[in-house]
Amino acid sequence: MPDASSDADGDDAASGAAPSITLPDEALDALLSAVDALDPGDELELGAGGPRLSVGDGGFAVATGDERHAGLDEDELREVASEHAAAVADWYFLDSVAGDHPPRRAFLRWLEYADETEVGERYAALADGVVREWGQLAITVARDDRGERTYEVRNAEEADAPVDDLKRYDDPLDARRLVKFDDDGRYRPLKTAPTLPTGWVFADLGPREAYEAVETIYPATIENWHREREGELDVSHWRETMERQTGIYGVIQTWDRDEGHEHVDWVAEACCADSQCLKRREWEYDEETDLDVDGGDGVFPCREPCSVVVSAARQWTKLEGEQSHTYEIELTPSEVEQIEAIVDAVAEGRTDDIREADVYEGANRYRARFLRAKLFGDRDPFRPVDAPAEDE
Amino acid sequence: MQALVIVAHGSHLNPDSSAPTHDHADTVRAVGGFDEVAVGFWKEEPSLREVLRTVESEEVYVVPLFISEGYFTEEVIPRELRLGGWDPADWESDGLSADSATYVAEDTGQTVHYCGPVGTHEAMTDVIVRRAESVTGDPDVGDGFGLAVVGHGTERNENSAKAIEYHADRVREMDRFDEVRALYMDEDPEVDDLTDFFDADDVVLVPLFIADGYHTQEDIPEDVGLCEDHTEGWDVPELVDDTRVWYAGAVGTEPLMADVVLERAVDAGADVGDALAAVQESTRVATGD
Repeated sequence: MPDASSDADGDDAASGAAPSITLPDEALDALLSAVDALDPGDELELGAGGPRLSVGDGGFAVATGDERHAGLDEDELREVASEHAAAVADWYFLDSVAGDHPPRRAFLRWLEYADETEVGERYAALADGVVREWGQLAITVARDDRGERTYEVRNAEEADAPVDDLKRYDDPLDARRLVKFDDDGRYRPLKTAPTLPTGWVFADLGPREAYEAVETIYPATIENWHREREGELDVSHWRETMERQTGIYGVIQTWDRDEGHEHVDWVAEACCADSQCLKRREWEYDEETDLDVDGGDGVFPCREPCSVVVSAARQWTKLEGEQSHTYEIELTPSEVEQIEAIVDAVAEGRTDDIREADVYEGANRYRARFLRAKLFGDRDPFRPVDAPAEDE
Repeated sequence: MQALVIVAHGSHLNPDSSAPTHDHADTVRAVGGFDEVAVGFWKEEPSLREVLRTVESEEVYVVPLFISEGYFTEEVIPRELRLGGWDPADWESDGLSADSATYVAEDTGQTVHYCGPVGTHEAMTDVIVRRAESVTGDPDVGDGFGLAVVGHGTERNENSAKAIEYHADRVREMDRFDEVRALYMDEDPEVDDLTDFFDADDVVLVPLFIADGYHTQEDIPEDVGLCEDHTEGWDVPELVDDTRVWYAGAVGTEPLMADVVLERAVDAGADVGDALAAVQESTRVATGD
């Protein structure tokens, strides 16, 4: 956990003591109700290794390590709870305020390393703010002296930008419009493409709003990440996904002809590399057959070929159904290099980065226009050698 | 908890395609009635495959933002939502009368009330009329006006034409407009000959489409003669052969569509309190005074 050992909370952190928390009344009230509602024999544990509360005939009980105090009345329980203010505040916020939707709860805990850091250390770091990245998002969690968290969501590329330099939003649903176009104004059909626009910030969100903002920017990513952590991710591999398709997409099934899966490797390399999509591809050719290309390093998983992949695969199925021929064309070695450079520049989305007068770049516009004028001027420079049949 | 999930087509190419879906979801959110309101798309995200897991509710009302019953409502949506045991016969529909049927989603275990498409609900007729009011800016429009409801023909889906005729008939029965016609893009009576079908000097043209896109912003305007080329744009009204044509654009963009979405869910058993009345009030055309 970054910054966990910093002197974030003054003397508390330096001395290793519990951070000072002014426990909100509603936290104590909620705790009391929760303990009161426990079945006999059940315990409510305030964080891993924290105090364990229970209720029985003789009143409330609190156990800490080997120590156990039983027969407490409500006031006494409040008093004991106040001694563990940070743990109570933590329970209140992460369990009660955050609500019981498991993916949301797990995500909010993940954001502040709650499962691997004890509360004192964590609270010290949260006083300064703890940052985690989710795709291209930087999400900062900070706490106030009541233990209540606020969340800030922005593009990680602008992690260090002053808040005032960014346009501020408060309604998570505003994220829909924000992420519809990239910084060049182009429509983003794939929400997890690494083209998240810049210039905005959700500066002060509550836990539910933070979750909603992230789920709006990257839909269903938290749900699927949570399923994966629970060992319940329902992956649908290439074969089953394509076999499910009907209508104009039904044709894709014909692309799989028991001739290996090289074509699907190409699809994954084309569409699913980290440079194209931030999801980590977990689907393979089928249950038994992995693809030969890497699934990427994304924090959230991709559980099946998406609609962009399916649409592209339909087009490739049609194009790859054509017979290949041998063509003859006369090119200089530099022209061969240039053609490779042009394909590479388009595939990497670099064409806009090539400077107007940089004629040393094969994919420079003037260079491409010269090649077109020379080769394609008034003829097709590709001569079929194995003259295809008349039916073409 | 109960959730409303609006499902629609969406687009990889047209950024406006999903706009009406989001707008109507916002309208329903604003009036309450559901603990959660979510949207899912065939071509956008959240996908139909994953939209159900984005809501916490155990009880989910799914309303397709589609014009007619057919391939998407009967095959694609139930399959992608993983509605266990789905059978189109459960709707007992004649092509216009699908209301709802209830299933368990196989991946989430949620109870899903799968509703018929908005386009065939009787309340959709009111949206068409409201669209005419919006485009003319006249809450009482009708007298001296013709109304054309336009859609695909039967080429792609026979139920598409049924929906057009159904609403045209219902508007005609209101006896509000001088003339009402159902016209089609790919069969007779064709929208290309719009002005031949009306005596009225003013005709409101309402395309029965969910979102503005290629058909409503390029095809129909050019076919009708509102413009030579869609890039030139057109006026509202635009004079075509001495007839003033009030081109309304996709009916699905009309705010009152949110009412039809709610009606579908209510018909399926959703308890939305007074949300219906609130939506009808909040989407009303201003009278200007």
